Amino acid sequence: MPKVTLIEHNGASHTIDAEVGKSLMMNAIDNGVPGIDADCGGACACGTCHCFVEEPWAAVTGGVEMLEESMLGMRPDRAENSRLSCQIEVSDDMDGLVVRLPEYQM
Amino acid sequence: MNVAQDLPHPSDLALEDIDVSDSRIYQQDAWRPYFERLRKEDPVHYVADSQFGPFWSITRWEDIVAVDSNFEDFSSEPAIVIGDNSEELPIANFISMDPPKHDVQRRAVQGVVAPKNLAEMEALIRSRVVEILDGLPVGETFNWVDRVSINLTTQMLATLFDFPFEERFKLTYWSDLGAGSPEIAGGDVDPEERLAGLHDCLETFTRIWHERKDDGVETLDLIRMLQRDPNTKDMVDDPMEYLGNLLLLIIGGNDTTRNSASAGVLALNQNPAEYEKLRANPALIPSMVSEVIRWQTPLMHMRRTANKDVEFQGKQIRKGDKVVMWYLSGNHDETAIENPNSFIIDRENPRKHMSFGFGVHRCMGNRLAEMQLRVLWEEIMQRFSKVEVVGEPERVKSNFVRGISNLPVRVHPL
Ligand code: FES
Repeated sequence: MPKVTLIEHNGASHTIDAEVGKSLMMNAIDNGVPGIDADCGGACACGTCHCFVEEPWAAVTGGVEMLEESMLGMRPDRAENSRLSCQIEVSDDMDGLVVRLPEYQM
Repeated sequence: MNVAQDLPHPSDLALEDIDVSDSRIYQQDAWRPYFERLRKEDPVHYVADSQFGPFWSITRWEDIVAVDSNFEDFSSEPAIVIGDNSEELPIANFISMDPPKHDVQRRAVQGVVAPKNLAEMEALIRSRVVEILDGLPVGETFNWVDRVSINLTTQMLATLFDFPFEERFKLTYWSDLGAGSPEIAGGDVDPEERLAGLHDCLETFTRIWHERKDDGVETLDLIRMLQRDPNTKDMVDDPMEYLGNLLLLIIGGNDTTRNSASAGVLALNQNPAEYEKLRANPALIPSMVSEVIRWQTPLMHMRRTANKDVEFQGKQIRKGDKVVMWYLSGNHDETAIENPNSFIIDRENPRKHMSFGFGVHRCMGNRLAEMQLRVLWEEIMQRFSKVEVVGEPERVKSNFVRGISNLPVRVHPL
């Protein structure tokens, strides 16, 4: 199981044993990590599972598809490394992945 | 569930005659059996002939999410309500646009609800809530909608637009005119009054625009934000687009929070055990607020228009057809939400509702709305043992806004 770290906006860090094949969002929710709302349940339709992928993990977590791109475009706090965590499927080569969570989901 | 005399019960109708665009259904709060039948028997339902022309109704959770996420096949242009805009007032706004135009116009104003702004607004909202609640007449019956819900949301709107505070009730009036016309949503606003009122709205805001232009004031009001953004800096030159966006922001900030503020009182009265739970544990306020927003669904539908022929769930939708997503039905779909007809303030996943919509048009004011409602209930719980409903609520005649116009209450101090 790859170890994945999610860091809340206030600095609180959570390292979890993530399940391969499940989305990063589901892994976070199942492990009780706060800071992700996931109102749409992972349908890439609400934007409330926003996270920032730390270097050097951009390549491993993959590119942004069109629908995700337009959802991210609605975020006032969007950054270069913004992703929707429901659109990242955890794989074995993500062991050590670090993502940061925004101040708010909206 | 009472269905009044002049409305047929849906079980007496042939399937193809079920027309959920009839605004009396919502005025009489008789919608549940209609949508139950559609979800069960014909979840993608065509009505060939309604007051608003033919249209499809999408009533299941999963299907609504699919349509809402697919802005390529299902366009938001030219309108997002069942009825089309009148020719006298061909307004346009960013919710009725597709990407990329939608994105740039929305981006110009969405900073108003960025986290930092919200945090700053909370103190202001709290002070207003306190003033409103402290001014309520204890021991007398009064209309909660006027005294609290409208009062609160109108003050917020005045702040967002930096609108003259004493004249802020005009904003509510324009909002009601904007959303309440017969041909748009089955309301009963007089068309002439509407036209005159909305012209007054446009004139007023055009004056405000010119007064403000380049005045160097740095406030984060919606008008100055539009002026500062390169994509919207000349919006005043396109009056129908300016008016359209004003109405979008006014209605979006007004009807929704206002009706949720009323619905919370009603729901807790109809479900006394839930009121008990809340009194025993005010930490439930945020989840209660989400449940109220689901239970009420203040905007009941959004419409799309098919961009091309699409086969959807075995039905043949044709290019140009109106496709209406009934959020009110999706929020009560038993396959997506456990026990959807019950009001449960400590649900496992209270944020799972579609009242804010899904996809690129998802409500940009959702956190502001939740914050206003949370603060309202925090202050209510500090003052009153109960806000008691003492008469029948009156509901708005519309197939778009699920509104409460009169809610007689008495407040009981702690
Ligand atoms: S959970 Fe809704 S977009 Fe990811």
